[in-house]
Amino acid sequence: MPIINIDNKNYEVKEGKNLLEACLSLGLNLPYFCWHPVLGAVGACRQCAVKVFKDADDTKGRIIMSCMEPVKDQLRMSIDDKDARSFREHVIGWLMINHPHDCAVCDEGGACHLQDMTVMTGHSYRDYHFTKRTYNNQYLGPFLNHEMNRCIQCYRCVRFYKDFAGGKDLDVFAAHNHVYFGRQQDGILENEFSGNLAEICPTGVFTDKTLKQHYTRKWDLTSAASVCQGCGLGCNILAGERYGAVRQITNRFNAAVNGYFLCDRGRYGYEFVNSDQRIKTPMVYHGPAEQSNGIPILDHVHRRMVPGKTIGIGSPRASLESNAVLKELVGADNFYLGVSAADHDLVSLSLRLLRQGPVRAASLQDAAAADVVLILGEDVTNTAPMLALSVRQAVRRMPVAAAQQQVHLAAWQDAAIREAVQDDKGPLFILSVQETKLDEIAQGAWHTAPDNIARIGYAVSHLLNDAIPEVTGMSEQGRDIAATIANTLKTAAHPLIIAGYGGGSEAILKSAANVAWALHDLGIDAMLSFTVPECNSVGLEMLDGHRLESALGRALNNGIDTAIILENDLYRRLNQHSAERFFSNIKNVILLDHLYNATAEKATVILPAGTFAESDGTLVNNEGRAQRFFQVFAPTSAVQESWRWLLQVAAVCGHTTLSSLQHLDDVVKYMATTYPQFDGITTLTPDAHFRLAGQKVPREPHRYSGRTAMLANKNVSEPKPAEDEDTALSFTMEGYRGEPPSSMIPFFWQPGWNSVQAVNKYQVETGGPLHDGNAGKRLIEPNVNGHTPFYTEVPEPYLPLKEHLLLVPCYHIFGSEELSIHTPGIAARMPAPYLLLHSEDAKRFQVTEGHLLHFMDNGHHYTLPVIINDTLQQGVAGIPVGLPGMQIAEVPQLIKV
Amino acid sequence: MFSLVRSMWLIFLHMFHKRETYQYPEQKAPLPARWRGRIALTRDPDGGERCVGCYLCAAACPVDCISLQSTEDESGRRYPEFFRINFSRCIFCGFCEEACPTYAIQLLPDFEMAEYSRQQLVYEKEDLLINSEGKYPGYNYYKVAGMAIQGKNKGDARNEEPPVDVKSLLP
Repeated sequence: MPIINIDNKNYEVKEGKNLLEACLSLGLNLPYFCWHPVLGAVGACRQCAVKVFKDADDTKGRIIMSCMEPVKDQLRMSIDDKDARSFREHVIGWLMINHPHDCAVCDEGGACHLQDMTVMTGHSYRDYHFTKRTYNNQYLGPFLNHEMNRCIQCYRCVRFYKDFAGGKDLDVFAAHNHVYFGRQQDGILENEFSGNLAEICPTGVFTDKTLKQHYTRKWDLTSAASVCQGCGLGCNILAGERYGAVRQITNRFNAAVNGYFLCDRGRYGYEFVNSDQRIKTPMVYHGPAEQSNGIPILDHVHRRMVPGKTIGIGSPRASLESNAVLKELVGADNFYLGVSAADHDLVSLSLRLLRQGPVRAASLQDAAAADVVLILGEDVTNTAPMLALSVRQAVRRMPVAAAQQQVHLAAWQDAAIREAVQDDKGPLFILSVQETKLDEIAQGAWHTAPDNIARIGYAVSHLLNDAIPEVTGMSEQGRDIAATIANTLKTAAHPLIIAGYGGGSEAILKSAANVAWALHDLGIDAMLSFTVPECNSVGLEMLDGHRLESALGRALNNGIDTAIILENDLYRRLNQHSAERFFSNIKNVILLDHLYNATAEKATVILPAGTFAESDGTLVNNEGRAQRFFQVFAPTSAVQESWRWLLQVAAVCGHTTLSSLQHLDDVVKYMATTYPQFDGITTLTPDAHFRLAGQKVPREPHRYSGRTAMLANKNVSEPKPAEDEDTALSFTMEGYRGEPPSSMIPFFWQPGWNSVQAVNKYQVETGGPLHDGNAGKRLIEPNVNGHTPFYTEVPEPYLPLKEHLLLVPCYHIFGSEELSIHTPGIAARMPAPYLLLHSEDAKRFQVTEGHLLHFMDNGHHYTLPVIINDTLQQGVAGIPVGLPGMQIAEVPQLIKV
Repeated sequence: MFSLVRSMWLIFLHMFHKRETYQYPEQKAPLPARWRGRIALTRDPDGGERCVGCYLCAAACPVDCISLQSTEDESGRRYPEFFRINFSRCIFCGFCEEACPTYAIQLLPDFEMAEYSRQQLVYEKEDLLINSEGKYPGYNYYKVAGMAIQGKNKGDARNEEPPVDVKSLLP
């Protein structure tokens, strides 16, 4: 390892880094703007100047930009040098010439990298007394606010948006001293990762627009480590609360999961927590519980729980703890998984494939490091958005490696490497039902029916391993595609195969597993990534329970008196007719949920459950990684965690096992001992008795304001602050001020580093893992025993039938998820219901774009406007899933038009 | 012995000095203009609220007795939706006034705020807002800030150039 000398002190640093990274990794303070750990260095801002010396005798030295200089053994440099310091101060002074007098009304203030760096360099008085340049702003949609006056021309926004996230509608315009970062004209930023601009921008040009609706400074937020509820990937987030409402979601760095970024659904989909549809009080027959005969609410529940005739319905959006407690309360025989038949089949299959096969599940960062990617039947951008961002990085892997060989530069030399790479893309193959956003970067993208996708998957695996039978009756084109994919996969070192719930087909999952397993048998380190629909889909499947249809069957046979439904809207799991029949055949519905929905209308007793912001719990993501999320704030209403309600019900019923459980740690310990598959979840975070220097970890920064005034309008005597008995976090600003364990970091802050860039100080090295490792624990490991359980039953090809259409699911990042659509900005970007048809099919049914097509499914009539899309195969029709008002639960299915 | 007599003599002479005692409350004490007393929210010369809800006063307050929520009106001006000071906690240190970037919050030479009930010492925005510019006449934050509001577009503030024409090729 090279040794460099900084200010007459020797330090051992890592080879291949630049001097800025080396200094920051050593914990030294050096200001910067344009450099970013994942975007690399371009030397645009001139802020990270240091002095380097030829040798020990050189006293003059020369000023260089540390981000552009690689680490060299025996290099002598100085951060503290007078000239270097004055250079940096002047650079900030020049940046400030045009920076407006805006901090008081700027949303970035208090979490602003420009403020931090200005203080760090010591620039305090303005020397320039002439006019300031101004810009007009643009409307950029419901997620981001644009204030171009504040720009310091670091180019981070376009480098992230265009180069990293593949966006096309943000660019830099004009020239010299008036460059402009924006769109060609006002309009919504199209990219699904646009929200990251608010964190990438070192100042307040791009700020979070949903935060602006209820603006709070970073220092006033009560925050906690949480896990995103938007999809099955389990990205780590920080949620901040003020005055009883969640105000902002920011990224929580996890080097194994989401890294530095989040998708817009995850970042902005939090507003359901503040929704006026929230259930805040226990209700009996839709009236407040206090007014129903003076009977305590728990007795209302107990009275309805007839032994042997009470079932529990779990939920993939509830925590593992809540589901496990419900299962114990009603008994394993009476526990049903509250997921649709299709979701259950696909998720349980992917879990089986990951457990029984020899190939590991890829984390998001593993996926970004893959060299060849094959996507089978999945529109990743819409079903697991952050995985799409990883795929975009993966396709750069091979060209960047080749360019590095050619120009002999480190990967962080961003501009030079990009110049060398040009438009080269690594191998990415996509087989999907219709065009996807990733098609533009794919080496090959083909669109066909789900069964045909699976057939090509089988054909590829046959070419890799003879144990899989040959696919008969394949077209010439199909064989060519299979051969191209197989030949490329054979050359890969870390290929990634992606499939999942988006294709809606078990055959696709099996073929994806076949391909990965065949590669594994060839000695290639293949990875699998199966997307899952919801944040705890995998956790619920691991817990195991009966299918929801069997609950329906039992209800029709009068086998159910009472159903306890956990955080679930059954109208999204069953089609409307089945759901109606289910509810009309049971006497009592006890619902624990946080939003008033169609199921709540059928409920006899409603218990107000906490959302992720009011609960502690554990979620398992698509990779099998169990992650803990912490309660953000203590609600003032009767809202509490579902598992706590259920424990209280159990205590009233006198349940033997559950009566002894009280706190989160008890439930976690109970799960770890009862279910071997959850072994190890007790180690996810330190338990409630954990203390640092005898103190808890505070959720509020030391600068938190207004403690003696915020409730003074109700009562001038301040109430005792809420106590957290479940975790080692406190709800106040008192506690240990140093760095907490990585799994429970409530906010990133270090002296002098108020912005999100403070995360550097929590990492082993810049961009590396957090100090005591990445949070979370993988519960699923591959089964490598020399035997690979290949699937051999190849599906029949899909041939269009006369008068019939095969409905396939179309997922939407904005709209298909149940909770995020309560954010007005996301609801505004939701598509209207539609039916996607090939133009030939449209001709066949004599409709054109915009016409209404009518069909029947399960006795339910649907009339949907037609959208023509020729990337579909003939005979296949796309239908959006999960949008409010779309009641089709079973896709893919054949319908008669 | 001598010093004792001298002290008694000096004290005796005080009987003929001018009285320093004020007959409060009939007679008011003259307070200096920078006296740190009652806190008020002032208005700018146009009569608009000066407070832009930046939270700096709340952050500076050593006893955390200020809480507010900032919001924006249809003209683009920021203002506090509510602004509450718990005077039963306030120590009149004046840090809030020092922190205020818009001269909105000012401590005035008035200390007569006694109440019979502590609850009455919780002041809301209606109680704090006065119809005056206070000690800093003439200052209007939005005339200096770069943010555009209704009636003041980009380039209209003090020391600002007209907005850049992005499509111009001129140097």
